[in-house]
Amino acid sequence: MSLSRRLTYREAVREAMQEALRADPRVFLMGEDVGRYGGTYAFSKGFLDEFGPERIRDTPLSELGFVGTGIGAALGGLRPIVEVMTVNFSLLALDQIVNTAALLRHMSGGQFSVPLVIRMATGAGRQLAAQHSHSLEGWYAHIPGIKVLTPATIEDARHMLWPALADPDPVVIFEHAGLFNMEGELPDIDGVDITTAKVRRAGRDVALITYGGCLPKALAAAETLATEGIEAEVLDLRVLRPLDTAGIVAAVAKCHRAVVIDENWKSGGFAAEVMARIMEHAFYELDAPVARVCSEEVPIPYAKHLEEAALPQPEKIVAAVKGLFA
Amino acid sequence: MAIEHRPPPPPSGPVPWDKDFALKMLADMLRIRRMEEKCAEAYGEGKIRGFLHLYIGEEAVAVGALAALRPEDNVVATYREHGHALVRGLSMNAIMAEMYGKQEGCCRGRGGSMHLFDAATRLYGGNAIVGGGLPLATGLALAAKMQREERVTACFFGDGAVAEGAFHEAMNLAALWKLPVLFCCENNLYGMGTAIERAEAQTDLVAKAAAYGMPALRCDGMDIVAVHDTTLAALAQIHETGGPVFVEYQTYRFRAHSMFDAELYRDKDEVEAWKTRGPIHTFTARLKAEGKLTEDEFLALDAAAQREVEAAVAFAEAGTWEPVETMLGDVYTS
Repeated sequence: MSLSRRLTYREAVREAMQEALRADPRVFLMGEDVGRYGGTYAFSKGFLDEFGPERIRDTPLSELGFVGTGIGAALGGLRPIVEVMTVNFSLLALDQIVNTAALLRHMSGGQFSVPLVIRMATGAGRQLAAQHSHSLEGWYAHIPGIKVLTPATIEDARHMLWPALADPDPVVIFEHAGLFNMEGELPDIDGVDITTAKVRRAGRDVALITYGGCLPKALAAAETLATEGIEAEVLDLRVLRPLDTAGIVAAVAKCHRAVVIDENWKSGGFAAEVMARIMEHAFYELDAPVARVCSEEVPIPYAKHLEEAALPQPEKIVAAVKGLFA
Repeated sequence: MAIEHRPPPPPSGPVPWDKDFALKMLADMLRIRRMEEKCAEAYGEGKIRGFLHLYIGEEAVAVGALAALRPEDNVVATYREHGHALVRGLSMNAIMAEMYGKQEGCCRGRGGSMHLFDAATRLYGGNAIVGGGLPLATGLALAAKMQREERVTACFFGDGAVAEGAFHEAMNLAALWKLPVLFCCENNLYGMGTAIERAEAQTDLVAKAAAYGMPALRCDGMDIVAVHDTTLAALAQIHETGGPVFVEYQTYRFRAHSMFDAELYRDKDEVEAWKTRGPIHTFTARLKAEGKLTEDEFLALDAAAQREVEAAVAFAEAGTWEPVETMLGDVYTS
């Protein structure tokens, strides 16, 4: 008998937070409209009734202030989950995340850890225009001292929060808004790690290396490629910092060709880091140059056809793969 | 409010303290002064590098305010925090070794002058981003409140921080959520080289704080008695209401902003006028006038401070460098 069940990404995130809030009185949720409104994306619907206003704290529109307050609360013995509505607004809090949360442990000679979880929606694809469509995980992954998670599956949405809260250091979780309504099977497992990449589709001809909102696109591309006789392996990075270099190398060593897909802009984006790791650690495994599919070098436009053209799409991934076999 | 750059008249009136406490306050101001004079010297010799921001002239604020706190309270400070760290209880040895970059320093030489931390005395830095400590202090206070701990978080910052968004966001949150934060604004009239009236449309900082619906007090930060009394009053209010209080300490920095500052932005006359109001010698004069201090006692306190400094320098000189092999440690906890 299978104990797996179907649920949406949204329900998975909600269950994860509910579980944490029930299990540990030190855990509390803080952010814009997490309480009475029920969460911008309904992640925390009903939480105010169950846990009360002390632990489900609606904040003013003060990203710098309430993220910094979360850092202080973590230092003071609590286990805050700070919800920043979107990565776009996290730019207002960047100073506290980068200059305080990430640096405190090292700068204090190991005296103070910051056990803080920051969650935020990321990504484009919903015609929200340039200021609401950023994909800046790569910036955060640049910073030593924080960990960066990108749950792209129902099981990761459900289970990554627990180890993130157990982690003594700051963890930033990027939830791609294009995934929230995705429904899928949640296997009957106790939990997941937050250290390794995972193969989501086994293949042998080309490694599609991706994470977050681009995972379903890579999987769709893999299905198309299969009809043409190319078996793609799809590697979900899951954790951008620390990056699972061994997992990347294993996929490249198996397939000898690789395409890296992410929604960052190409210049200085996260795909560039993955490609560099391949050059450093798996160059002699390659039968073709590594390719990448990223966002076009343009602010994400509003009009639907332009937005679609600006973002990675399964067709672009298929074309990039075929280019490696040309 | 027109800004007066000239100092107010020197403090006068009786010192309402017993001799032991008065001498302890004087001794702590002397310890900071002598330590920092030595830091400037060591900087000249290349022993201390990076940025070095001296607190000389402002000692009455840290000494008077911190003496009002309890060990269980939290302290958040700025990059001009040598004095706060010292009177909070960090050893001068650990501070000096940190500035020398030695692993015997309080942060193993990873923080330096601007980042003195000490878990034992609940000193949460040493923050070199202007205004950066205010949200942190607000969060520490939130943790105390949610865990039903009787703990006040004292957050020091300068007048420059008042123009930062972090100031306004933290003040609003602390007032909105009634958090036990003591906001300690050390107004020395300059944010680096910019005079407050060139940076603030509203230079009345007490009015600004009061706009957030929190009690706001002002005192002569060059008068340690006023500093201590005002801080005690603020703390009493915090303990009574559970909410935050803002205190503006009007003070003055005698030295340059940092060791790289040619001081082109203020008149020498202004600096000299404030020096006549120096917190150490005016307090010394009052104690002597009241018969609570003799010249011999003063010299003994000063000599003790000097000995402590010499010992701290020797400790720092004898300190060792962290091996490069362990550099990557403590980026993460595990």
